[in-house]
Amino acid sequence: MVRVGVLALQGDFLEHLEVLQNLAETRLIMGAKDFNADGGIDALVLPGGESTTIGRLLEATALKSELIEKIKEGMPTLATCAGTVLLAKRIKDRVVGETDQQRLGVMDISVIRNGFGRQSNSFECKVELKGIGAVKASFIRAPRIDSVWGSAEPIGYINHPKVGRTIVGAVQSNIIALTFHPEIHGDEKVHRTLISMVRR
Amino acid sequence: MRFVDSYSFLEKLRSLIYELMELTDKTEGELREASTSVKLGLPSMLKGGVIMDVTNPEQAGVAEDAGAVAVMVLDKLPYDVRKSGGVARSADIKVIEDIMSNITIPVSAKCRIGHYQEARLLEEIGVDLIDESEVLTPVDDKGHINKWSFSVPFVNGARGLPEALRRIGEGSSMIRTKGEAGTGDVSEAVRHMKALTKDIKFLASSLEGGDDVIRKYSRKNAVPYELALLTARLGRLPVVNFAAGGIATPADAALMMWLGADGIFVGSGIFKSNDPQRRAEAIVLATSCWNDPEKVVEAQRMVTEGSALTGLDIRSLRPEEILQVRGE
Repeated sequence: MVRVGVLALQGDFLEHLEVLQNLAETRLIMGAKDFNADGGIDALVLPGGESTTIGRLLEATALKSELIEKIKEGMPTLATCAGTVLLAKRIKDRVVGETDQQRLGVMDISVIRNGFGRQSNSFECKVELKGIGAVKASFIRAPRIDSVWGSAEPIGYINHPKVGRTIVGAVQSNIIALTFHPEIHGDEKVHRTLISMVRR
Repeated sequence: MRFVDSYSFLEKLRSLIYELMELTDKTEGELREASTSVKLGLPSMLKGGVIMDVTNPEQAGVAEDAGAVAVMVLDKLPYDVRKSGGVARSADIKVIEDIMSNITIPVSAKCRIGHYQEARLLEEIGVDLIDESEVLTPVDDKGHINKWSFSVPFVNGARGLPEALRRIGEGSSMIRTKGEAGTGDVSEAVRHMKALTKDIKFLASSLEGGDDVIRKYSRKNAVPYELALLTARLGRLPVVNFAAGGIATPADAALMMWLGADGIFVGSGIFKSNDPQRRAEAIVLATSCWNDPEKVVEAQRMVTEGSALTGLDIRSLRPEEILQVRGE
C-alpha cells in the first residue's frame, strides 16, 4: 500500500487523514524524523490552515528544507488552500499587499491570499479539474492563483461573480495545488489521483 | 464514523431548521455562501493553532507575527475586565476594523450572550468569527442568540457536553471549553475538558445497549437527541473544540492539547505577561508540537516564570466574580 505523509503542524490534517484512510497508509509529518520512520513515505499532503502559522512552524521544526528537498526530488504532493500558498513562489494578500511570510517557494505560481475576500465571501461550488473530474469544493478565505508560468499549468477555473474567471487549481510535474478544500466534503478523487502518481 | 461525516449530518440538520424557519441561502449563480461546510470549515482550518486575545492593532500585529491562527478582539483583556468591573461590551467598531485592515489572519470579535444586535453589527462589518462570550456581561439570562440565522460562524463557551450540544443546537459552529477567563489558572479549563470527554466516552459506550441511554441523557441534560446520537457515533464533539480560560504558559497549552483540545485560546496570558512576543511564539510552538516533549521543552525555555501573568487562584474569587456560570 502507498504511504502518504500528511503535514500535521496546523490545519485540517485530520480531514485529509480521514479521506485517505481507505486509500493509503498514512503518516503524520510533524518533524524531519517522520519522513523516514516506518519505511518512509511515497507521497505528501500539505493541508489547509493558516499559511503564516504553518510557515513559521516549518522554520521552528526544521521541516522547511526537508520538504523543499522531497518535493524537488519529485515526491507526489497535494496541497490545498494554505498548502498552495506555501508552495507558491510569489505571495500577495488582497488587503496588505506583498508578504514576506515563510514559504516553500517551489511552484511557478503567484497567489493572492484571501483572494475572494473574508469569511463572509467564503463559498462552496463544483469545480471541474482537468484529468481529475468534478469535485465538490469549499473555498474558505481561499487564495486565488493569479498567474502561472514556467512548468506550472492551470487545471481548473471558476467563474466568480465578483472576481471573474480565476484559476483554482494548478499542476507542476509532481505537484497538484488547489486553492480550495475537497477534503472537507470527504471527496476522494483528488487523493486517488495523488496516489496514482506514485511510481510503483 | 469520521469527523468529515459530521459536516453532512449538520448540513441536514441545518436544512431542516432552515426550511422550518423559512430562511434561504445566499447564492450567486453556482456559488453557495454561508453553507454548513463553509461555516464549519473556518474553525476546521484553525485546528492545531492558537487564537490570541488582542485589544489594538499593535497587539494584533504581534499575534500574527508570532504565528497565531486568528485574533480575538476585545475592549479589555479578561484580566482587566475583572479588575475594572462594570459592564463589559463588544469592542469599538473602529478598533476591530483597524485590525481587520492590518493583518492577514482571521479576525474574531466577542459579543455579549444574547445580544443579537451586537452580533449583527459584527457580521455587518465582516468579522470572520463571532464569540458569544461569557467574558462580556450577558444581556439575556434566559437564552442565547439563534445562530442559525447568521451567515458568520459563531464560537460558544461550554463547561461540558450538555452546554456544548445546546450551543451546537442553536447553530454554533465551534465550541471552546470555558475555563475561568482572566485568571491564569488553568484548573477550570482542565475540569471542563475532562467533563466533556467523560460524557462523550459515556455516550459512545452506550451505543451498543440501544438508544435508551442516549435518549435519557439528552432528556436529562436538555440537549437535542440527534446531536447526542451524532456525538456518540463520532466519539468526539461534532464541531471543532478549543480550550480556553487561564492558559498562561506553553506547558498549559500542551496540557490542554493532550487532554483532547483541537486548539487553544489565550486571553490575558500573552498580553498581560512581561514577554508577550516570546510567549506568543512559544505557546504556538507548544500547541502544534504538544506531543513532542523536546519541542515543548524548547517552547517552555523561551519564557520565564517571572514574566508570566501572576494570576488569581480561582478559589479566591467571590461567587459574583465567576464568569463561567454565565449562559448555561
